[in-house]
Amino acid sequence: MLLIGSGPILIGQAAEFDYAGTQACRALREEGIETVLVNSNPATIMTDPGVADVTYLEPLTVPVLERIIARERPDGILPTLGGQTGLNLAVALADAGVLDKYQVRLLGTPLTAIKQAEDREAFKQLLIEIGEPVPESITATSVADALAFAERVGYPLVIRPAFTLGGTGGGFANNRAELESRTQGGISASPIGQVLVERSLLGWKELEYEVMRDANDTCITICNMENIDPMGVHTGDSIVVAPSQTLTDKEYQMLRTSALKIIRALGIEGGCNVQFALDPDASPSADPEGQARYYVIEVNPRVSRSSALASKATGYPIARVAAKIAAGKHLHEIPNAVTRRTTAAFEPALDYCVVKIPRWPFDKFPDADRTLGTQMKATGEVMAIERSFEAALHKAIRSLEIKGRGVLWESPAWQGLTGDELIARHLAGPTTDERLWALFAAFRRGASVDALHAATQVNEWFLRKIEGLVRFESELRGAQPTPVLMRRAKRAGFPDSVIGTLVGLSAEDVRALRAQWGITPVYKMVDTCAAEFDAVTPYFYSTYEEENEAPPLAGPKAVILGSGPIRIGQGIEFDCCCVQSAMALRELGVAPIMVNSNPETVSTDFDASARLYFEPLDDESVAAILFNEGTPSPGKAGRGDATLGAAAPAAAAEARVNDGTPSPGEAGRGDATLGAAAPAAASAPVPVLAQFGGQTALNLADRVASLGGRVAGTSPDAIGLAEDRRRFNDFANVHGIPQPAGGTAQTVEEALAVAATVGYPVLVRPSFVLGGRAMEIVSSPDHLKRFFDRALEAGTGRVLVDKYLRGREVEVDAVSDGTDTLVAGIMEHIERAGVHSGDSYAVYPTQNVLPRERTRIVELTRVIAKALPVRGLLNIQFIVDEAGEVWVLEVNPRASRTVPFLSKVTGVPLTRLAIAISLGRTLAQEGYARADGLWPEGGLVALKAPVFSMAKLLNVDSHLGPEMKSTGEVMGIDRSFAPALWKSLVAAGLAPAPRGSVVITVADADKQEAVPIIEGFHWLGYDLVATPGTAALIRRLGISVREVAKIGQGSAEILAEVRSGGCAAVVNTPTGLAEADRDGFLIRRAAVEARVPCLTSLDTALAVVTALRASAASYDVAPLADYRATPAPSAA
Amino acid sequence: MSRAAVLGLEDGSIWWGEAFGDASAASGEVVFNTAMTGYQEIATDASYNGQLVVLTYPLIGNYGVFARAAESRRPWVEALVVRELNRTCRDGTEDLDATLRLAGVPGIAGIDTRALVRRLRSSGTLRGALVQVAPHLAGSPEIAREAVAAARATPGIATKPLVGEVSGVVRQSGSGPKVALVDTGVKENQIRELVRRGACVRAFPSTASAREVLEWAPDGIVITNGPGDPAAVPQVAANLKLLIDAALGRGAGRPLPVLGICLGHQLLGRAVGGTTSRLRFGHHGGNHPVQDTRTGRVVITSQNHEFQVDEASLPADSGFYVSARNLNDGSVEGLAHRTLPIRTYQYHPEGGPGPRDNEPVFAAFLGDVRAAIASRP
Repeated sequence: MLLIGSGPILIGQAAEFDYAGTQACRALREEGIETVLVNSNPATIMTDPGVADVTYLEPLTVPVLERIIARERPDGILPTLGGQTGLNLAVALADAGVLDKYQVRLLGTPLTAIKQAEDREAFKQLLIEIGEPVPESITATSVADALAFAERVGYPLVIRPAFTLGGTGGGFANNRAELESRTQGGISASPIGQVLVERSLLGWKELEYEVMRDANDTCITICNMENIDPMGVHTGDSIVVAPSQTLTDKEYQMLRTSALKIIRALGIEGGCNVQFALDPDASPSADPEGQARYYVIEVNPRVSRSSALASKATGYPIARVAAKIAAGKHLHEIPNAVTRRTTAAFEPALDYCVVKIPRWPFDKFPDADRTLGTQMKATGEVMAIERSFEAALHKAIRSLEIKGRGVLWESPAWQGLTGDELIARHLAGPTTDERLWALFAAFRRGASVDALHAATQVNEWFLRKIEGLVRFESELRGAQPTPVLMRRAKRAGFPDSVIGTLVGLSAEDVRALRAQWGITPVYKMVDTCAAEFDAVTPYFYSTYEEENEAPPLAGPKAVILGSGPIRIGQGIEFDCCCVQSAMALRELGVAPIMVNSNPETVSTDFDASARLYFEPLDDESVAAILFNEGTPSPGKAGRGDATLGAAAPAAAAEARVNDGTPSPGEAGRGDATLGAAAPAAASAPVPVLAQFGGQTALNLADRVASLGGRVAGTSPDAIGLAEDRRRFNDFANVHGIPQPAGGTAQTVEEALAVAATVGYPVLVRPSFVLGGRAMEIVSSPDHLKRFFDRALEAGTGRVLVDKYLRGREVEVDAVSDGTDTLVAGIMEHIERAGVHSGDSYAVYPTQNVLPRERTRIVELTRVIAKALPVRGLLNIQFIVDEAGEVWVLEVNPRASRTVPFLSKVTGVPLTRLAIAISLGRTLAQEGYARADGLWPEGGLVALKAPVFSMAKLLNVDSHLGPEMKSTGEVMGIDRSFAPALWKSLVAAGLAPAPRGSVVITVADADKQEAVPIIEGFHWLGYDLVATPGTAALIRRLGISVREVAKIGQGSAEILAEVRSGGCAAVVNTPTGLAEADRDGFLIRRAAVEARVPCLTSLDTALAVVTALRASAASYDVAPLADYRATPAPSAA
Repeated sequence: MSRAAVLGLEDGSIWWGEAFGDASAASGEVVFNTAMTGYQEIATDASYNGQLVVLTYPLIGNYGVFARAAESRRPWVEALVVRELNRTCRDGTEDLDATLRLAGVPGIAGIDTRALVRRLRSSGTLRGALVQVAPHLAGSPEIAREAVAAARATPGIATKPLVGEVSGVVRQSGSGPKVALVDTGVKENQIRELVRRGACVRAFPSTASAREVLEWAPDGIVITNGPGDPAAVPQVAANLKLLIDAALGRGAGRPLPVLGICLGHQLLGRAVGGTTSRLRFGHHGGNHPVQDTRTGRVVITSQNHEFQVDEASLPADSGFYVSARNLNDGSVEGLAHRTLPIRTYQYHPEGGPGPRDNEPVFAAFLGDVRAAIASRP
């Protein structure tokens, strides 16, 4: 069976499909079915060895898939687990006749159903046929169609493009002008040039149902979910609660029945997501049947982001069951992995409340348009489970890990506003990512539930809950903490840090008080059945109640700190490492305990580890988990029943006197068996693995000991040394590690002095880079004088001035036991220094590094690893300058973004080795100690290419710089450089069309370097289009060029060219000059929105030309294992 | 809310919380229901007469209480046990708290309901008693002991006249084929489903004799759900046996379709020679999978029962076969006669609360009724 993955992580299509694909591969293997997997994304568990039987890391295109199908001859293809990408590709393969030609059956969802669900008109017809209500709409392929419809039904209207991810290009229209522009945008965003224009249901309740069906027509509902943000905000950008909170049973069942009717009508065998809008003003008493008006809004005939959320919210493994259904099983024949007694044919019952909050990238893109609408903007999400909505909401906010953005956060723009002003200015208008905090802020200013409901249409139930939390806040503010108050606050979900802020203590003090009073969380199981059956899922969440269902795990165990929500700069790679860690621990006989808050990932699959704590990654939750696992709390013995019992009766009574919020029933402990056995106070600290969960885990590392654990592997001190610039400088001097010369400056004079010492050019940047805007390569004292103030303003008072080294940026991932070090591979960046390594193309093995330089790189890696010392993973970034000298730029003693990529292409199990070393083994014992310290390179060439989601984020500049902007990555692999590069471009969506125009506008400073690129595109037969300056250069080369005016000159000609449909690529480099950059920005945005590859780095552009010229079509298509078996050219 | 409450169980465990609803004490069997919506339907389901119901979903009261969601004339639960009680967020509804207070039903909130449910699951259904006190007495060991003692002193449900209490007066609704419904505690949705499909339904009190029912000349008979142990209502059982015998006696030539639901299903099982027995902690919820023994198809059902028909006890010559089984524990979920239109269901095809997947049961029954009418000479 062939499985299609979802490719790179994009906004609207994230890690949930790695989770789905991985589950599917395992489920199919259990059924004895051989799986062939295709995905272009190396940072996935599904592409790890042993998950599928044959794994292809190839671009997801029809020609590539056809070659794979011809080679593997699968019986069936399962397209419903690879997101929209997988589904679209399956449709394209069917339409191209490939499936028929090779007699491949489409499994799961029939092609007709895919087309019915995706083609708006067909979908509407189907719903009308089965009597389900749909909002009035038309399918438009032109602006005229849309205007005619608006004449008939009026405004507001909503515009949705067909066949796109996360609703790209859609929007609302309140008038003619908006309708024209949104319709035009939607048509160009849709691969079939089609949009749906329909009556807007803005402000209605938005509900989702996850349903499943088997070939025997058994249909079940897995979960329903209610969006706190009503209709108008994309469900991926909505705060969501599960199950629904404000629906009567009649309404719940009405929508459930509708969802089941739809999945039957579509004939889906597998999972399906149905979205509804429900009349928010319906009174249950008004209708004789107790029902309310509703509309069916959308159907996803596949496993979706919501399915992943529903799986984690309920414990029901949707993707796994969907795969088994596709393999022909009936629901009642599939065992329930949770109870191990019952079957998959049942509906989960929740006895807790789940809150999901999206994680938006606006902290990285301060200039982005923060309004939320039909176009999804979140890169990831967090989920929290608790026994009350209040506590779940608090926990979800903690899980977001946005520095400084706790529940008490308020925007500076709200300072001094009254409640009414806050509502008028920040809540009544378009929704932004700050709405939740603004609601809290409005209640703090005395706003009423009614006023906030009128402004936001958020249901009163949720608003009242938030109001209650704010009321509790004021009770806590300045209060003298007592056991009663503390316990009530914890039951309402208040984090220690917030309680501390309100009562005037540190979070540590609050934790110590809690420990003293025995107020610690218990852990409850997510068991799909509300405790009706004995369950075996090792899946837990914390709550402040009586019975603890998670006694400390027996035997050797270790805690893995996960990486939290997917965000720019911390993607799925780290989740991948965490899952690999769990597997490695198991192999070594150690029980892995996972802590994570991300519902989209494989790591929060309950069978990925021996125990899963679905919890935030902060001090409070890690300390509580370590305590629960038997680590003695600092300064406090284990909690005993006596402590609780003694404090309780008075506490309960007082609580009831004080207010009406649900009070603790803590006295309700009749006997000893109810409480959990107190963890053994004498046990040794539990080992904690903090190297794998990205910055999230690393940030916790230096406090693990104070939280009651013990960091396994590289010590927190060594990690701190590498991160602290000053300490590392000293270290580098002692150990003879060459670093670019430089210094810090507070005034321009100091900066000039440093620059004079180290020599120009220098790299100038603020000491604390915000948004990466003020970083520049400075070539002269004049330039430095001009630039210095900008750098100073952007930072925190100090500017770093370093020698800028021209050369090649090189990166290694290594693993060390402190004595021996193995460099798994050396990667070379295509882009020069100044582009964030996460946004760079990287090639393995290096193409332009001499043997002597390589030896030096390995030698430096070994010196650093031994001296720090590193016990685990190590990533180092180097510059090899034009003289062949090797300089160390950055040392990261932890899992890097490239670990999954490099592990895949080299076969070195980096994570497994790091785990073994963390547990005290050595490289030699593992058989990976090598005299030369470098893993031998085979005959393959692999490129890691960044992938961006710029089309989703308005006003974000797509040019590359020191601040990371990519959301995901793909890999191109082949037996030589050019085809590998070509594949990576295709997979990343950056391959120019074979014919058309290339628009070139480069900064003056870049003009000389642009010559080979210009000539390259010319020789490849492209028509060149340029602005006057660049056009003059092109003419001087004797090449014909079409000159267009600059935008600054009042012309839109160049933008029209980019959007014309005939433009194959845009080459545009930022100039550093404000006005020209504004032009460049418009050009780059136009390219992004018109889906024209936009090259903002000359290095990337040159690579593209190289790949195109090297007869790109002659690429190979082979399983990863075949490439790895290719001998190195020298050995051949 | 200013009253504290304690729930004492017969096993000695004590659960302190805060009181809501009526200020009275309560006792009975403690059972749990896993439905995530439908607390009002549950509270007003007469089958819960004699029982304190723990709702496993923690947030209760969110959307209030309204007329259409009432399954009978009043709440029948002895008490509601919840994790958190909320005020309504919906226009045109009343607060659950106020409704229970008016109806004289107490409740307890703020306890670790999951721990309580796990206890009931492992020890089986337990007797319990709810005692309310002033807040300053919260946590008092004496009160707690009193609650446990009251729990232990609670008579078993078999000794209580549960069916007689819940059964209503004679009433009739709708027009069309005549359906006689023996009200042993009927859930209103059964009547609504039949009337909506064009039936004239007359509900007879459980004390009505078989002759009274048959004198009305019904075209079909519904034996409905109700509280307690089917073995504990010998008069009702004897009477229903007469009705079932009448249906069996009429044979295929002049068929009298019978639909049995829940208690009605159990009573039919006993009437045709089978036995019933108690489940460990019953089935209460809206997510129970039931498999049709012939098609293999699974439906999700709404359930509320403590007792089951023992499959092995069914006489081979009874003419009945097991038409559906619970997928979780294999218990009997349906009986059907091999040749006559007599079908019974352990689950609640009317939902309320719970899935509407099984409404076709009513359509099928009325189809039988209409066919029977049509086949008359």
